[in-house]
Parts: sequence; C-alpha cells; structure tokens
Amino acid sequence: MNMIDVRVAAIEQVTPLIKHFKFVKEDGSQLPAFSGGSHIVVALDAEGRTYRNPYSLMGSPTETDAYHISVRRQENSRGGSAYMHENVSVGMTLKITHPVNLFTLAKMAHKHVLIAGGIGITPFMSQIEDLNRLGADYELHYAFRSYKQAAFVEELQKACGNKLHCHSDSDGHRLDMEALLSNQPLGTHVYVCGPSPMVVAVLETAKNLGWPDSNVHNEQFLAPPVGESFKVQLAQSNLEVHVPAEMSMLEAIEAAGVQAEYLCRGGVCGRCELSVLECDGGLEHNDHFLTESEKASCKKIMPCVSRTKGKRLVLDL
Amino acid sequence: MALNFKQESFRDDYTYKNSAEAIKRFPFPFAEDQYMYSVNIEPHTKGKEGSVYEFPFDIDEHYVAECKDRAITLAEDAGRYQALPHMMDAQWDFLELAMESLANDYPEHFKLTKDGSTWTWENKPLEILDTFTFGDSSTLPREPFDYMGRQVQGDFVLLDQRDETLYADAGMVTCQADWSLAFNVGMSWREWHGPVPRATELGVMDRALKYLLNLQLANPVRRLNWTMTVNPRLDTSPENYPHWGGDRNKVNAENVSDLIHLRVELQSLFRLPRSNAIVFSIRCYLMSLKDIATYPRWAKRLHRVQKTMHPDLIEYKGMTKFHPLVVEWLSQFDDGADLGIGTEPE
Repeated sequence: MNMIDVRVAAIEQVTPLIKHFKFVKEDGSQLPAFSGGSHIVVALDAEGRTYRNPYSLMGSPTETDAYHISVRRQENSRGGSAYMHENVSVGMTLKITHPVNLFTLAKMAHKHVLIAGGIGITPFMSQIEDLNRLGADYELHYAFRSYKQAAFVEELQKACGNKLHCHSDSDGHRLDMEALLSNQPLGTHVYVCGPSPMVVAVLETAKNLGWPDSNVHNEQFLAPPVGESFKVQLAQSNLEVHVPAEMSMLEAIEAAGVQAEYLCRGGVCGRCELSVLECDGGLEHNDHFLTESEKASCKKIMPCVSRTKGKRLVLDL
Repeated sequence: MALNFKQESFRDDYTYKNSAEAIKRFPFPFAEDQYMYSVNIEPHTKGKEGSVYEFPFDIDEHYVAECKDRAITLAEDAGRYQALPHMMDAQWDFLELAMESLANDYPEHFKLTKDGSTWTWENKPLEILDTFTFGDSSTLPREPFDYMGRQVQGDFVLLDQRDETLYADAGMVTCQADWSLAFNVGMSWREWHGPVPRATELGVMDRALKYLLNLQLANPVRRLNWTMTVNPRLDTSPENYPHWGGDRNKVNAENVSDLIHLRVELQSLFRLPRSNAIVFSIRCYLMSLKDIATYPRWAKRLHRVQKTMHPDLIEYKGMTKFHPLVVEWLSQFDDGADLGIGTEPE
C-alpha cells in the first residue's frame, strides 16, 4: 500500500469530545482529489504498536491543499482515538492511506436522504459538497443529544440551507424514521452513518417499508483484520514464526525472511493460498476466495487475511 | 528520449511495421506451454526502462498513426464514443490522469501547465495546444473524455461502481477485438462477460470482480489478454465486420506468417479520485508471426500454446478458420527444448 506522509497543520477542539484535525502533505504538494464519503486510514506508531484507524474525510473533495478529519474520543477506546486526542499535536508527521470510498453516493438516484447520528455526520460533510456541486435533490437529517454536543451545525446550515434538518434529543425533537422513509419519491436512496442502533433502525424501517436493498446504504468502517497473536510452523523452511495481533500472517512470514507468493493481499485473488499440513483448533478464514467447503476442510488458508485461534498450525512453505 | 513516430496505416494498404526495438519490447503473453483463463491480475507498477510497463500509459512509435486511425473510425461512426450523463466527473478524472501521466513521462512530447483551474495542454506530436478551465466542458473543443481519449493509444472504458458491481457507462472504443461499445454500454460486469467460455465456470469472473471492487487509488493493476487478427488492423469491430471478417478466408500456407498477427492487449485499471469510477485501459499491440519468430523462444512457446489450445477458445477468439495453418507454420521452429517459465524473448 502506498502511504502519504502528512503533517498536522491545525487541531481544533470542536466539542468537549470531538477534535478536528487538518493535514497537509509534508512536501507541500497537493493531496489527491477524492469522492464524497471517502475515508483515509491514519497509521500511528505508538507504544510499540501501530494503530490503523479509518476516519472520514470532511470538506470539499476538490480542495486538495489539505485533508480534514474529526475524531470523537471513544469511551472504551483501545487507544487509537485517545492517542489522537492526547498525543497528536500540530507539526507532527503521520502516515495516511490514499482515500478509499466504501460509502459512495448513488450517481443515478433521483433524490438522496442522508441520516447522520453524532460523529456519523463526518462522511456527509464531503458528500454534501458533491451534491451541491451537482445540483442534486437531497435532505440531510442530523440527530444528536444536544446542540452543545453537536459538531459543525453552523457550517452545515451554511452549506445546506433549508435542506438541513436537525433533531436534538434534549429538545424532544427525535427523528421519526418511519415518517421520514414512508414518504419518499421512487428512485430515492437513503444513507445512514451513526451509532449502531440508529443504523439498524434505518435498515429495518427501510426493509419493512419495502425499500429495495440497493437503495439503502450504510457506512461500515473496515477494521483491519487483527486478532490474537499466534505461532505458525513453516515446514519446508523449518521455521517457527510469531504472528503478532496487528500483523497479518503473510506480513509475519515476510518479516521472517521467507518468500511467499501474493498478489492482492486482500483475500480475493487466490495467489497466496497455502496448504495446511497440521491444524489443531479452528482456522479464522477471512477471505472471499475459498469455498465454504474448502474452508471447513481446514486444508487451505489465505495468509494475507486469515489467522488461527488454535494451538498449532503447520503450513507447507 | 524522444520517440520517432511513424507514418503508417492500419487499414487498406496496411503499411504498419514494427521496428526491431518494438519487437523486442512486445508484451508476449505466454509464460508457460499451455494457456487457460486465470485471474492473472498484478499491480501495474513501474516496469523496466524501455518496457511497455515503464509508465502508466505506454506511448510508442505507432502513436501518431494510431491516433489518426482512431479519428477516421470516429468520423465514420460517432457511436464508438459514448458517455452516460452521470459519468461527467469520471470524464474529468480521466483527462487529469492521462494529461498528468503523459506530461510527466514523455516531457519531450507533452506539456501540462496549471494555473489554478486554468490548464494549458500541449501535445506536440499531434500539434494540439489548448487552454481550458478544469471542470468546465464548454471551454474544451469536445467533452473531456472525448477530447483526451483521442490523444492516448488504446481503448478506454469508464466503469461506474454501484450495487456491488461495475457498469460500463462510458467508452472510447476504436481498436477492439470484435466487441461493440454501442452494444455493451450501460451493462454490468456479469452481463458483458456472459459470452466468455469456461471462465464463468472456473469462478474467474466473480473473483476478478471482487478484486476490482476493492481497487484503490494510486494502486492500479494490469493483465494481458490476447487473440489473433488477420492484417495489422486496429478496428476489428462487429460494426465493420464486412471490412475485415472475410480476410480470414485469404490466409494460406504461403502468407500466414505475414497476415496473422498476435494481438496482445495490455489491460490496466485505475481507480479515479472524484468519481470513484474505474478507467479500464485496453492497449493493443500487433505483431506478425514472422516478427515473433525472430526470437526462437517465442516461436517455440507460441507453437506449444496454440497446439494445445482448447477448441472453445479457438472458436471464441475467432481463429477457427486459420488456426491449423498457424500451428503448422510455427511447428518448424519447435525442437521440443525445455523453455522454462517466463515471457522473455531470449
């Protein structure tokens, strides 16, 4: 993966729990343009491990001088968001991935209904730029606990005008999902990003009302496939390799100096397939390549994304 | 290093010829003695200096003649270029990618100057100089994909990603191996790959689709595809079948090595930034059997691959009429020596 070196150009405390970070390219050149709804993965080396956290890009996709992300401090953070809040300061350099979009606008939709809960507003902040530029029909529903905890309301009012609908719990203005989704014209697409109960509520309401699946979109941040650490024996190389929790088996094998085949590193192409000689305990197959019966047989594994929870794993490598 | 662009034709008198350097850098597609479909996709990273993989878009000695041939085809049939209305962001993405690549990789021939959104593009070999506003189609002589697609060798299809699949929603296609953009435009991945024999059964198409849906910015991928064409003709389209289909009957034992060309497509795919679309680039290389046989390793390899080709593939690729003549002519070079694995000429 090609990473981009960026420098933290500014940090703003937006609400008591949310910080807004501005990144510029370290060499001063332009960042890549992106599409509304894209995210980047920020890599942080801290306390002997690497955090890789995905954050939505806010701001205009055509503005390539800087990227903007917002980070909410998570109560049960494993360390990533707390580290961003406490240890990242202006002037620091970080590595980020190129933008990836897993939450794209449906370009052929007749109308877009955007539903955000809390920090889930961030992907919509770039999407509304695209929608405004394209002159698309949309409405943005932003639900939060109170105006004090809500980020970016003023900016959104400026960008969306009367297309913005705020729903504040503390004022008793709860979002009525069923009313919202019952009365939309044919060809409308709905998008939701927010806390899990809200996403589930939108998906279920839409399903009960007969919305086609293809018109209902939700943001699911991809966590990197981390797991427990384990040991793997390489029979041909006569080596034992330790696979740490945040490293893939393929990366650990490579780090041990053993040449392994690979192509996509994403569990689909099949190139890195290895034969399992011995296996005590279950394999965690995360790939899309092996069939269900192949996965059940425990004879093959794709080391780029898959792991084991068992005591012993011996590979023909 | 400046390229020497040739004056030559890809129709009528067929004056197209490859120089010795062009033969040596030909992307010969067969690394083994047998051929079957596979997901042969690899990262489109910078290759060896002078190779067809050196830059994202390969420009060679045929550039000017190919662009002229494309202009003739488009003038005769405007349907070879299509773009559905929701693809305008992807059109600008394509223009940007192509202009930046060419200007960066071939500075003797192409120059891009940016002043905010005011861009100036100079294409010296085609004698084009235009200043326009990026994002405003009215400032270009044609819409952006039409404008720039005419200035890069190869065919281009812009794929929109939605509903967990890819749709061919725009294209500039004038050097295709017997498929029609007018027929395929707006189709989904499974629809346009439906006719490919054996590949669907092998699960190749589903795996390739999953791979491409995850294609990432700045991490393009490539693969090679191939067929055989009578005469060095770029436009072997269904629309113009009457102009080339009958040529298959003119092949005989005397002329087979001059008439039959191995047609290799360097297919590359790039994720586009603003549109999240994908550009599918199909860059065509034509090499006569006689030129291929200047390297004995290629001649032997090609003989073995063709001799063992599955009949379904011979039929699908339109080679049935002349295929035995090809195998027979190549057999004179094959001494049965072990060639190892690899596509290198020597």
